[in-house]
Amino acid sequence: MATTTAPVPRSSSIFELAIKKRWLGKAFLISIALIALWRIIIAIQANPILFLQQVVNGIQLGFVYALIALGYTMVYGIVRLINFAHGDVFMVGAFISFFGITRFQLHLWLGNVAPGLPLWVTIGVGSVSVVVLAMIVCAWLSYVIERIAYKPLRNAPRISALITAIGVSFFLEYFAALQFVFTPNFITFKRPFPVQTWMIGSNGIQTLAESQESASNGIIFSNIALIIIISSIILLLLLQYVVQKTRIGKAMRAVAYDKPTARLMGINVDGIISVTFAIGASLAGAAGMLYAIAYPSIVFGMGIIPGLKAFVAAVLGGIGSIPGALIGALIMGQAENLSAAYISSPMRDAIAFTILIIVLLVRPTGIFGEPSREKA
Amino acid sequence: MNRMSRSTLVFLIGAVLVFGVTQALFSLEILTSFWSTIIRTGAVMAIVSIGLNLIYGFNGQFSLGQWGFYAIGAYTAADITWRWANNKSADGLVVMLLVTGLSGTAIMFLRAKLARIRGLDALSAFTLYLTAMILLAVLSVFLGGFITPAVSGLLQALPTALSMQIVFFLAVLIAGLIAAEISFIFGLPVLTLGSDYFGIATLGFSIIVKVLLDNSDTMFGFVEMKGARGMVGIPRLTSWFWVFLFLFVVVVVTRNLLRSSYGRAIISIREDEIAAKAMGIDVAHYKNLTFVIGSLFAGLAGALYAHINGFLSPNTFNFIRSFDPMIIIVFGGLGSITGTLAASFTWALVLEGFLRLWLPEGFETWRYVVYPILLLLLMLLKPKGLFGDYEIPFLRDQLPPLEPIAPERIEEGIPPAAIQASATTMPVKPSDNPTSQEASE
Repeated sequence: MATTTAPVPRSSSIFELAIKKRWLGKAFLISIALIALWRIIIAIQANPILFLQQVVNGIQLGFVYALIALGYTMVYGIVRLINFAHGDVFMVGAFISFFGITRFQLHLWLGNVAPGLPLWVTIGVGSVSVVVLAMIVCAWLSYVIERIAYKPLRNAPRISALITAIGVSFFLEYFAALQFVFTPNFITFKRPFPVQTWMIGSNGIQTLAESQESASNGIIFSNIALIIIISSIILLLLLQYVVQKTRIGKAMRAVAYDKPTARLMGINVDGIISVTFAIGASLAGAAGMLYAIAYPSIVFGMGIIPGLKAFVAAVLGGIGSIPGALIGALIMGQAENLSAAYISSPMRDAIAFTILIIVLLVRPTGIFGEPSREKA
Repeated sequence: MNRMSRSTLVFLIGAVLVFGVTQALFSLEILTSFWSTIIRTGAVMAIVSIGLNLIYGFNGQFSLGQWGFYAIGAYTAADITWRWANNKSADGLVVMLLVTGLSGTAIMFLRAKLARIRGLDALSAFTLYLTAMILLAVLSVFLGGFITPAVSGLLQALPTALSMQIVFFLAVLIAGLIAAEISFIFGLPVLTLGSDYFGIATLGFSIIVKVLLDNSDTMFGFVEMKGARGMVGIPRLTSWFWVFLFLFVVVVVTRNLLRSSYGRAIISIREDEIAAKAMGIDVAHYKNLTFVIGSLFAGLAGALYAHINGFLSPNTFNFIRSFDPMIIIVFGGLGSITGTLAASFTWALVLEGFLRLWLPEGFETWRYVVYPILLLLLMLLKPKGLFGDYEIPFLRDQLPPLEPIAPERIEEGIPPAAIQASATTMPVKPSDNPTSQEASE
């Protein structure tokens, strides 16, 4: 509407010409971007290794966000609901894996069954089974939530479903905070495997001992980062396969595209919606364990902020788009780490949301988002 | 005319009665200060929620930013009265008066100038307004230094209680105005986004405000706000009289706004934005107008809230709590002022009052477990809220609401032509209401 070609009543000075090209707003955004870029370039010049270190940390965080963001983006794509309870499902995933490891020693079960195997096989299989347990419990939980809370409201106004989602989120949090559930205290998460850190420096890859942390001439990374990145990529590929190649995935895409027609084509729409919730929640469950491995202090409210960040990542990438969620999450991870390191650590959430608002102003439906189309 | 003035009379008498009886109960200490705090909180929530109902319930803009403007109002007013109560200095008052006054004038002036430029996009306008407001804020701080001693002396010459009330009253108005001005500038670019994205951007705004408040002492030099630890020592000035006065004014202003041609334009945007635009309604202007008025109410409410407990913490303004006004308006019924009023007081009484008292010993932590269950039950049983779109006669629009013609009315003898005409012009399908229309997009 702003690009009317009507002649400007006064003389067309450079100023007015500039306004017609929407120059002023763009200049404002570009100057903000340039300031940020300038800070980063100065930082790279001052200490390139520290910068790379921050990037590695950001990638690690970004992949965890990606796993959570996928649940938001899939659910939004299919029922247009911002599922605020998703962050709390993530919290439940972390706690389930905590109980699996400390109470039931689930990460060592193979050692008890077949004692002769090497330790890394035992722990590897054990950790995978803990993740699978967390994923299954979260999928089941999300399925139940969908059936009880969201399904009866499928035809109600959308805001009712949103308020219900907030209600479910409150319920999960404060129920988890009860003394006999997960307790209101911070709990230390026990990693199923020992932490191993390496340093990539000028003289190749070195193994660092437990105590030797403050080396400044190389990028430090740990097996935690490797595990998070590799398992996230595996889960993402798996999801991509499910969505693109299987019958369920095809049905999911059809339901997301047009629900009534999908129903006419014989697709069980309610079942597909439940499956979508369950798949998203299982990814959040896995993310819960990975997040707890990286930041081993878990509490009933731990899902709120990562959930929100992941949601922002999903919006940033274009909500409803799976590659968009990944890209958005990686951008969020970098933005959070770099702004914490180079701009202001306490203000990093404000910076993350400023980025969100700016991206929305430039691309109103996110980076990969399709322009909203009229549906019948 | 006669009927209208009767409903007005009933409303006025009712308001005076409610005020008098509650004030008497407070004065005679039949209701303890515990209940007094809860009722005043309920009234404050009613003001915020009416603001949000205007934005979402009547104009259809899904905003989660109300809590951010509430926080801005709370901290602005609290800082002004804190400086007066603890330092006997009117610097906060003078500077903020100058900021709001100058920015308001600048916004009016720029609006008149910019209206002549064709093809000015919202982001460029935003940049201009923002630059103007920042420059004027710097200028205000500079000018404030000269004016403050005179104003401080003038106020100190008055009796302490009177000067306190004057500062408080001005602080509340300033808080409302600053929230309105910020929302005007922020709303310009953000209101161009689609419905959900607007909600997300405004949610981002509330979170940004919360983070800024967390760092108010370390990064911005407002030592008295004490950052995340919370601001203490705010004079407790929000009496039932002040809350009730502001609530009354807000209700009457909202009612009169909605009954004017402005109100019909606002509601038409909710019903169908494209049709409203086709009818010649300046959609962007009315959206921003509603957003500004809603945020003005949020700012007022925040200022009143700050002076109830004398304590402010950024945690009050976090993103979880930002859904409270949204919950209240859905609970009361979208697009119903009566419902919002009832729901605010019910919400405050149940959540802060009864749930604290009724839960047995050792089950205090169950308060927030019971609350979402109640919320879920309400949503499942009454998805349109307690009151739907019912209004008491004083608040009701003179025009009868558009209702789809039910089949049984055909038998009532309405000429078929009229049915056909209304059926073809009816924008609302039988099962639809304002929000499900949006959902079907």
